[in-house]
Amino acid sequence: MSLNELWFILVAVLFIGFFFLEGFDFGVGMSTRFLAKNDMERRVLINSIGPFWDANEVWLLTAGGAMFAAFPNWYATMFSGYYTPLVVLLLALIARGVAFEFRGKVGNEKWKGAWDIAIFLGSLLPPFLLGVVFSGLIKGLPIDGDMEMKAGLFDMVNLYTLVGGVTVVMLCLVHGLMFTSLRTTGDLRQRARKLAKKLLIPLAVLFVLFAVLTVIETDVFEVRGVILSIVAVIGVVVFLSAGYFMTKQRDGWAFGMTGTLIFLSIASVFIGLFPRVMVSSISDAFSLTVDNAASGHYSLKVMTIVALTLLPFVLGYQIWSYFIFHKRVSEKEHLEY
Amino acid sequence: MDPLFLARLQFAATTIFHFFFVPLSIGLVLHIAIMETMYVVKGNEKYKKMAKFWGKLFLINFAVGVVTGIIQEFQFGMNWSDYSRFVGDVFGAPLAIEALFAFFMESTFIGLWIFGWDRLSKRVHLLSIWLVALGTTMSAFWILAANSFMQRPVGFEINNGRAEMNDFFALITNGQLLVEFPHTVLGAFATGAFLIAGISAFKLLRRKDVEFFKSSFKVSIIVALVSSIGVALFGHQQAQYLVETQPMKMAATEGLWGESGDPAPWTVYAHIDPETGQNTFEIKIPYLLSFLSYSQFSGEVKGMNELQAEYEQTYGPGDYIPPVRTTFWSFRIMVAAGSLMILLAMYGAYLTWRKKLEVPHKWFYTAMLWAISLPFIANTAGWIMTEIGRQPWTVFGLMKTEDSISPSVTGGQVLFSLISFCTIYSILGIVMVYLFVKVIKKGPNAVGKSDDTKTDPFAKEGYHVS
Ligand code: HDD
Ligand code: HEM
Ligand code: HEM
Repeated sequence: MSLNELWFILVAVLFIGFFFLEGFDFGVGMSTRFLAKNDMERRVLINSIGPFWDANEVWLLTAGGAMFAAFPNWYATMFSGYYTPLVVLLLALIARGVAFEFRGKVGNEKWKGAWDIAIFLGSLLPPFLLGVVFSGLIKGLPIDGDMEMKAGLFDMVNLYTLVGGVTVVMLCLVHGLMFTSLRTTGDLRQRARKLAKKLLIPLAVLFVLFAVLTVIETDVFEVRGVILSIVAVIGVVVFLSAGYFMTKQRDGWAFGMTGTLIFLSIASVFIGLFPRVMVSSISDAFSLTVDNAASGHYSLKVMTIVALTLLPFVLGYQIWSYFIFHKRVSEKEHLEY
Repeated sequence: MDPLFLARLQFAATTIFHFFFVPLSIGLVLHIAIMETMYVVKGNEKYKKMAKFWGKLFLINFAVGVVTGIIQEFQFGMNWSDYSRFVGDVFGAPLAIEALFAFFMESTFIGLWIFGWDRLSKRVHLLSIWLVALGTTMSAFWILAANSFMQRPVGFEINNGRAEMNDFFALITNGQLLVEFPHTVLGAFATGAFLIAGISAFKLLRRKDVEFFKSSFKVSIIVALVSSIGVALFGHQQAQYLVETQPMKMAATEGLWGESGDPAPWTVYAHIDPETGQNTFEIKIPYLLSFLSYSQFSGEVKGMNELQAEYEQTYGPGDYIPPVRTTFWSFRIMVAAGSLMILLAMYGAYLTWRKKLEVPHKWFYTAMLWAISLPFIANTAGWIMTEIGRQPWTVFGLMKTEDSISPSVTGGQVLFSLISFCTIYSILGIVMVYLFVKVIKKGPNAVGKSDDTKTDPFAKEGYHVS
């Protein structure tokens, strides 16, 4: 395996980690709107992700940083090409991040109401926009011979990418509800379980729709048909097990399954792309690949050493922090937010 | 609208805004760590209360620091894609390492600190805040390593039409970094110190919670004194380094068009006319520029006209003179603010030492309240000088700002983002100040009460500050 391939995998791992972790806190953020019945329940939900959301978001920053360092052309083309959606993404992430900290600082209802909207939109828009962006990567975008992406609105937003966006949102929501069932008690927990199970059906429909559209709209099954078919079969099994565990009220297992679904979904995107990192709809020759988008060998080598040294520590203390906060959050306890 | 102009405006606005909160985070967390250490060592609850009270302000500030940082990380690719392509090989590495090394540490341990008061042992809890402090400082190190490369590119070679890294070690031992990092971080420590000292002074003036704020004042005034003297010393180092590596920036900072003469005098005040390339009126202090540049009372400094001719020979025709007035004045503002800070910190330390803090010192305490603004002014002015003074280059000698921009992004798009970011930032700024004032008004005792009770959470809603 070349270093370029290793870094492609590392970027994929960082994005998978991001969607797995921030996925549930996006889901919890969305569910504050309809799952929580009163301010107290909303606070319980927010506190259940309180110690984690910031570190989860850093997975996205690290993924971005890794793209910049290992594949500068990928970073440059994608971030400038998707300029406007990314502006909206940033606005959403800004509003959401401060809302957690600010909402409880003033007793006033209107104040809280305003930050609650920020939390909801800030948790809904990012997975949607990222879903749109990632589907666009495999569908293909107008990238020219200078690696410049000059995309119009309908290159970015079309049936395929919209379905992609909605699917990611639904996936995060279900994952977040399972997280809630793990971290809370009583009535709130029961409602989260129930809703998660109900949402499995629309999620299944979205998955099938997205898969069918992928066959029609993209070339990934031509390029990586065998692996992707295997992944799809595993996906079906995992999906069914998720349903099974939810029925049996085995929350931990069910959460594991929704997480695995996220893993498989994001991994499929990267498998479908490889060895490309962005598909050009103008000409195959213009697609960005792990070779033409990458940094030099020396730079990749340095980054590899640094990343492989640091990653075990990072994973270690993050897992430890989840262990420290494994206790369920309830209204009986001191709530920080 | 011109996309280049808009992109520059946006970068300047968002970075300056980010750097309003960044130094305060770095400075406050150091104080909180010191206070909590005193709590753990001495076992006195007062220090715990201090850590918690200043911690409130820190967390509000930290949240804004974090969200404004996310934009920074994305902005290079979004607005400066040609720049990212050209230097990503070198410049991306410190950014990625910053995220991997510093941001993960910061964000994980801040979560443990906030939510861990009852779940972690005292020592582990203390360790968490120190790791947050270390994380913020490391984050400064890596981002400044990236910035130092732009000021003085090292450890690379030009290959395939772009800069490729060939010596990572050179990148992190860049002479520019070795002066820029201590200067910036000490400035950040001073920022936190002056905030705490200023608020404490204000409370002492009002005779509120005297014991509490006297102790806070003591801790912060020591940090203020040490760091503001340190920042000036390293600033002097930086100026000397500048004469060697970016003489044009130094000449612009001095408003020096022609020869300085030997020994060179330092210009305190000048009417600069960039059109004609001369100053119509100047006030000078003899010998001082020689001292600033070489630590001795002799030596000549090159002027802009001479350097312009030299640069044209090396880099081809073009205008290599940065906006002179901005560079000149931002430097003077920084130095003036720094000097005032040193004087105030010295007097405050003297009062503390003489145990005179409780004697009414109306003028001094009022001055300390206003002095909260000084480090913010100095930080902003310092960056404006550093970055504007580097123009027309983004990477000195290698790439110009006008070539750095994203070709595929239109003026309309940048205008949209500029307006959106400025709007949301204005809201954030207003809310922040409002919350700060609210927490400060309530004082430390409200915090203690609401945090330590674990009974009915509804009841504390009304005055619960966290
Ligand atoms: C000297 C210090 C310094 C400087 C010059 C910058 N930053 Fe910063 N940044 C920090 C010091 C810092 C910090 C102290 O680590 C922050 C501020 C408050 C905080 O919460 O962390 C932070 C937060 C922060 C975050 C959020 C991290 C998180 O989620 O925890 C990002 C992505 C960036 N920054 C990125 C940047 C970029 C790309 C910059 C260059 C233009 C930049 N910062 C300038
Ligand atoms: C945090 C403190 C900083 C402040 C306040 C600041 C301020 C500025 C300002 C005012 C400009 C505009 C100059 C002009 O266009 O005339 C600029 C340009 C630039 N700075 Fe900084 N800067 C900071 C830190 C950094 C760091 C740490 C980096 C890199 C790691 C950086 C990278 C850049 C780049 C790429 C430009 C080019 C764009 C441009 O010229 O407008 N800056 N900065
Ligand atoms: C009192 C005497 C001071 C001197 C002689 C001094 C000197 C300098 C110099 C020469 C630079 C430009 C370096 C470059 O362009 O490469 C600089 C930048 C800067 N200064 Fe100061 N400074 C002083 C005080 C302060 C104070 C009090 C603060 C903040 C509390 C401060 C904050 C900064 C910052 C944030 C920068 C930009 C980052 C950097 O290049 O290090 N300075 N200073």
